[in-house]
Amino acid sequence: MQVQTHVDIHSEWGIVAARQAGRKLAREIGFGSVDQARITTAISELARNIYLYANKGQIQIEEVTSSGKRGVKIIAVDEGPGIKDLRRVMEDGFTTSGGLGAGLPGVKRLMDDFNIDSELDAGTSITAIKWLR
Amino acid sequence: MEETKISMYQLYKDMLTSYLANKSEHALYHAQQFSKEMMEKDMSPEETVSLHLSVFQELAEDLPEEVVDSFDILLEVMIGYGLAYREHQSLRDRQQQLESELTVAARMQKSLLPHGEISLDSVDLGVISVPAGKMSGDYYDYALDEHGNIGVAVADVIGKGVPAAMSMSMIKYAMDTLPEQRTQPGALLENLNRVVERNIDSDMFITMMYGFYDPNNHYFHYASAGHEPGFVYDAVKDEFRNLEAKGLVLGVSPKVRYFPDQLHLDAGDFIVLLSDGVTECRVDGEFIEREQLVDMIRKYKHLTAQEIVDEIFQELEKAQEFQLRDDFTLLILRRKV
Ligand SMILES: Nc1ncnc2c1ncn2[C@@H]1O[C@H](COP(=O)(O)OP(=O)(O)O)[C@@H](O)[C@H]1O
Ligand SMILES: [Mg+2]
Repeated sequence: MQVQTHVDIHSEWGIVAARQAGRKLAREIGFGSVDQARITTAISELARNIYLYANKGQIQIEEVTSSGKRGVKIIAVDEGPGIKDLRRVMEDGFTTSGGLGAGLPGVKRLMDDFNIDSELDAGTSITAIKWLR
Repeated sequence: MEETKISMYQLYKDMLTSYLANKSEHALYHAQQFSKEMMEKDMSPEETVSLHLSVFQELAEDLPEEVVDSFDILLEVMIGYGLAYREHQSLRDRQQQLESELTVAARMQKSLLPHGEISLDSVDLGVISVPAGKMSGDYYDYALDEHGNIGVAVADVIGKGVPAAMSMSMIKYAMDTLPEQRTQPGALLENLNRVVERNIDSDMFITMMYGFYDPNNHYFHYASAGHEPGFVYDAVKDEFRNLEAKGLVLGVSPKVRYFPDQLHLDAGDFIVLLSDGVTECRVDGEFIEREQLVDMIRKYKHLTAQEIVDEIFQELEKAQEFQLRDDFTLLILRRKV
């Protein structure tokens, strides 16, 4: 059975717990320290967004395998306000932290696969995978 | 990828070994050069930090645990720098793309303006138009009709850059649909005003002066839509007068009347039309006075019309250290015989 962890996000403690779970799994799968730091940074960004914009939600972390490759999958889900203009949000330079590189485009860069679904007043669901090379 | 990683590892190891052995400036210089190579190979700051640690761990066995652990913090911090660096690269690529789109648009815009030389026995014509950025909000035109009349126009879109350039091309197309009004300056501006009023935002305005010279009776007929006054030069008296006519700027109200005026040109007299980018040039931090501009024109008046406008542009461009603040257009039409 593959590892799966759920972390509830409703405070900064949750963010740290999610990072911890992500790092643990990444290490177990065999990611090096640079990729571990990348994966945890992505988790931080997603978890912070939940905390800041949706108040609460969940981060799920699990191992994935596909055609012999192993990877870490992060799923961030919330039932918050949703994101109005996804295209804008995914543009570089749009984040409120403007020009510091992080935010959702940063998450996309840090990970290999990235998918975002969001519906206004219903919530947001983001999936990101990093594959082990 | 794996191969470059290995060779980078080896290079870094050689570099660090040499530095640890003799602490030479030479090794540091080497590192500086090496950093360029790393960036070319798309190595991120976090990868560099990790490379450093692994090489260091191999060179200095038994590193204290604290030293190794401290790198976790450095790595975490460097991830942020790495992201900012990547974002910067992607923004730079996007900027290059925008730049090249603008270059194409600017070329298209240039092709809207007349560029053929008009060489006539009756008049000497010169014009220069230089945008402050890539695209211009200034418009000029000159055209000869079958009776030998020479129409000239300068228009100035209030605003700069792409939106101004788009309005400017609208003026050009509207002018093309009104050939029969080229000898009726008032009616021409009335028609343009209607087009502009209907098609552009209420917060954009266009000023324009249009006139034509009739070489048969030597009259210059003109009308203005709130445009910066030009000048008329009287060669006999060696005097400049303002060339102005009352009229509202284009685009404010749908029904505006423009009343044309006229004046007689003697041989050697000339008309100067300009955009406010000319009078808003700053010399020593002050807007140039119209008198200063007159003095400059007078200084060059023995030259051809084209030479005069070129000289004035060069002089003003230099005086403000090659930084145009606004689009610059200057046109001179001189009666020769
Ligand atoms: N889970 C979410 N729910 C609602 N809105 C979100 C969520 N995540 C991001 N957003 C919106 O997208 C914008 C961009 O997010 P992000 O790229 O992380 O940059 P930043 O958080 O610095 O603004 C946020 O400002 C916010 O408006
Ligand atoms: Mg964010």
